[in-house]
Amino acid sequence: MSAVAGTDALHWLTASEARTLLDKKELSAVELTQAHLARIESLDPSLNCHISTFPDRSLAQARAADERIGRGESAGLTGIPISLKDVLVTTGTQTTAGSQILKGYESPYDATVVQRLHAQDAVFVGKSNTDEFAMGSSTENSSYGVTRNPWNLDRVPGGSSGGPAAAVAAGEAMLSLGSDTGGSIRQPAGFCGIVGLKPTYGRVSRLGLIAFGSSLDQIGPFARSVEDAALILEAIAGHDPRDSTSAPMPSPDICSHLTGDLAGVRIGVAEEYAVDGMEPGVETAVATAVESLKDAGAIIKQVSLPHTRYALPTYYITAPAEASANLARFDGVKYGLSIDGGSLREMYEQTRGQGFGPEVKRRIMLGTYALSSGYYDAYYVKAQKVRTLLKQDFDAAFADVDVIVAPTSPTVAFPIGARLDDPYQMYLADVFTIPANMAGIPGVSVPCGFADGLPVGLQFLGKAFDEATLLSVAHAYERSQPWWRMHPELGNEI
Amino acid sequence: MEAGSATVIMVQFAIFARSLETGRGVEIDVTETIASTRFETVIGLEVHAQVLTKSKMYCSCSAEYASAEPNTHVCHVCMGLPGALPVINREAIELCVLTGLALDCTIAPFSKLDRKNYVYPDLPKGYQVSQYDLPLCQNGTLVFESNGEPVTAGITRVHIEEDTGRLLHRTASDGSDISLVDLNRSGVPLMEIVGEPDLRSPEHARDYLIALRQILRYIGASTGNMEEGAFRCDANVSLREAGSTEFGAKVEIKNMNSFRAVERALRYEVERQQGVLEAGGTIEQETRGWVDARGVTVGQRTKEAAHDYRYFPEPDLPPLALGADIVERIAARLPELPAARRARFVEAFGLGEPEAAILTGERETADYFESVCESAPAEGRSRLAANWILNDLFGLQRERGLPPDRMPVSADQLAGLLDMLEADQISARAAKELLAQLGPGETAIDKARSLNLLPLDDDDAIRTAALETIEAFPAAADDYRNGKKAAIGRLLGETIKRTGGRARPDAARAILEELLNSPS
Repeated sequence: MSAVAGTDALHWLTASEARTLLDKKELSAVELTQAHLARIESLDPSLNCHISTFPDRSLAQARAADERIGRGESAGLTGIPISLKDVLVTTGTQTTAGSQILKGYESPYDATVVQRLHAQDAVFVGKSNTDEFAMGSSTENSSYGVTRNPWNLDRVPGGSSGGPAAAVAAGEAMLSLGSDTGGSIRQPAGFCGIVGLKPTYGRVSRLGLIAFGSSLDQIGPFARSVEDAALILEAIAGHDPRDSTSAPMPSPDICSHLTGDLAGVRIGVAEEYAVDGMEPGVETAVATAVESLKDAGAIIKQVSLPHTRYALPTYYITAPAEASANLARFDGVKYGLSIDGGSLREMYEQTRGQGFGPEVKRRIMLGTYALSSGYYDAYYVKAQKVRTLLKQDFDAAFADVDVIVAPTSPTVAFPIGARLDDPYQMYLADVFTIPANMAGIPGVSVPCGFADGLPVGLQFLGKAFDEATLLSVAHAYERSQPWWRMHPELGNEI
Repeated sequence: MEAGSATVIMVQFAIFARSLETGRGVEIDVTETIASTRFETVIGLEVHAQVLTKSKMYCSCSAEYASAEPNTHVCHVCMGLPGALPVINREAIELCVLTGLALDCTIAPFSKLDRKNYVYPDLPKGYQVSQYDLPLCQNGTLVFESNGEPVTAGITRVHIEEDTGRLLHRTASDGSDISLVDLNRSGVPLMEIVGEPDLRSPEHARDYLIALRQILRYIGASTGNMEEGAFRCDANVSLREAGSTEFGAKVEIKNMNSFRAVERALRYEVERQQGVLEAGGTIEQETRGWVDARGVTVGQRTKEAAHDYRYFPEPDLPPLALGADIVERIAARLPELPAARRARFVEAFGLGEPEAAILTGERETADYFESVCESAPAEGRSRLAANWILNDLFGLQRERGLPPDRMPVSADQLAGLLDMLEADQISARAAKELLAQLGPGETAIDKARSLNLLPLDDDDAIRTAALETIEAFPAAADDYRNGKKAAIGRLLGETIKRTGGRARPDAARAILEELLNSPS
């Protein structure tokens, strides 16, 4: 195992630790930012976590943060270095969505989450890598190169938010934001041995998130601790009148619920989450985690989620269907790549033919087919009915338990290239994470050990809009274990 | 009697003039029978009306696109930029529901928006946010008059959607053909009002459109301006054997930009289909475009190329739940509709049908008329007001190039003028001059005073004028004195003229008689 315990290095601090040091003026935001920028400079040539960096701007933000701290007005994330998945639009730098079709595209507006972080004078250190349009489970579908797993450079970091996950795991960023449509935060968090949270659908504004599956997409954080994830969730959550699917609720108070007490908490284990193809190392790590939850006073109950096996196939109708419409705007007319073809049709074909990668094209085809006249009822409509059943499964389970525990993924991080030729195997990586998206409920992955030297993720699922309970259980588990303090040894510690 | 018949003539003139503005085709003889008795014409209309809101359907950009520089009323939402999300314009929803209520539709308690997928450069998202299977309003009716007969047409549905941008085709400096995209119109709210195939002639279609447009203008849901594209119409036309209940293959006619174009296009298409059928041919279901300059419809695309729009629920917008309380609140905005108002005008004001129809043509005109009538309960006020509005104000309105909903003087000003007329304080001739001179903010009485239009109460001045007249027309004076009493008419007219029209006829007559009868 190449894991090393926490050091005093600035890039391994948690955000809450850094907060204390910053507010005590024992550390400046500029120093902290410089440490992370240096880390990016030395590691990214091999890890490739970031598509874009803008050190001058990052340092300018850090100086503004230091001034604010100097005035005694710091907010939770003032001066904290954060990486943004490159599907979140930002002014002043390109937003590519991992695609050639948006290479060089500069948004005239900032995503709501970016605005909210900016309002706290957080520091943005870069735009991180993603599978093209967030379609993938390994970042191998990025047209800007694969991101490597900091624990083993021959392995994928997971995806689609592989860039922001690996960045936090490697110390290139203290926190990052990703997006989760079918597991794109939780799965890479598990693969990279960090915390990844998908909030309840509607909890965080999607304005400025380049849409993949609009009814499933949700922005959420990567962090080195549950506490840090709660800190940034509080900053980005809350009603946004410019996103009609954002819940009209204020940002939740979560940090004060992180008591570390599991006594009497009812935790469900679903039999349906034991599937073929589950790696023994993962099975063992998860079983051990469940035992330790029990030892800490939690009540473990069996629950049934009978429609789980339909989640994956219905997801692969719903998400591509929505994507097929969401990606229609990339047509070479208004922005991004545009290849003149002599005729309108030729321009469309050339632009989209060259601008999109094979997985994006596959999903556009899948989705277009599922929505086509004559197939719509059999596919799309039926998938929506199954979605209701999946939601009812969770409603029934949550009548008996406070949270559900499950593996995040059936495997640890797989080798780069291993699943590229088999999309179905790739899709299976999300089999445990997809149900939460289909039901709209929150889920969080926390590290629960290692198998074959690679991190294993433990997933907790919670009731809609009850991130407070979800994260308090995850936090209590995390603090009872050594895993969250483990970091990959990258050979060139600064 | 004489005055009465003059009014009738004037009213007919006004009908003619007004019908030009509302787009009634004056060239077409409405009594002409176009279809043979063998076939029955079946027409259903689809109207797209721009909803009269300040901002666009899903963003806060101004919906005023007609006069703006290209791409100045745009934002991330209506340009379809990455990450953009729509937010529903509540006023647009309310106006669509209001339209549904005015057309006697059932308002859906649960409705939703859907994405209609198709690709074209004027559609920045690659889909239009519209409504598919759960429109806001369904199953309504529109009752209108055609050739003096009431016609009831079903309204299938009224739904809300967004407009596209516009393409401008230009030749570049190097001579190549280029297309430019203007997205000012992109996202402007539209209502689609789909009618049942209940119309039986091009005249029906025209009168349906006129009635529908009038309702939309009354309730403030749309300007209904066809030339500016705020009121667009597509028609489905088919013929069937008289007596048959089956529908024939329908042809969709597009690109009709005026009421006249609709009537001409339909007339052409009915004749074309009749010709094909009578020659033993069959009608293909197709879309044809009206080419106004040539007066023909031309095939556009065949059904092989028919779109599969792949509708699915818009995931970025929650469904719309319109509870009874909300519908009730919207219904409270519903004004008296044109047909009811027309009937009331006949009933309450003793107007003829044609006069009532014109006075209720625009809600503003009807309000104006009522306001002028309300100010004086005097009997005869309504007829007087109607005559003045129809004959004088409309004339002035046209002369000054004012839109049909804007009167040249305020209702208070006209009421003041009519008060003076009724009190015999001003002559009809002077009143007409006063009307032409009245400026904004001026009262009729003050203006009449300053223009010296009030009657001359100075008997000495009238006497002077009468003496001058008798001196100037000795023959007429002698005729009178010799018993031809009618000769006083000439002298009376001249005397009044010499007072600048200000002498009251009865006063002038008395003075003239006194002077002529007294021994000289």
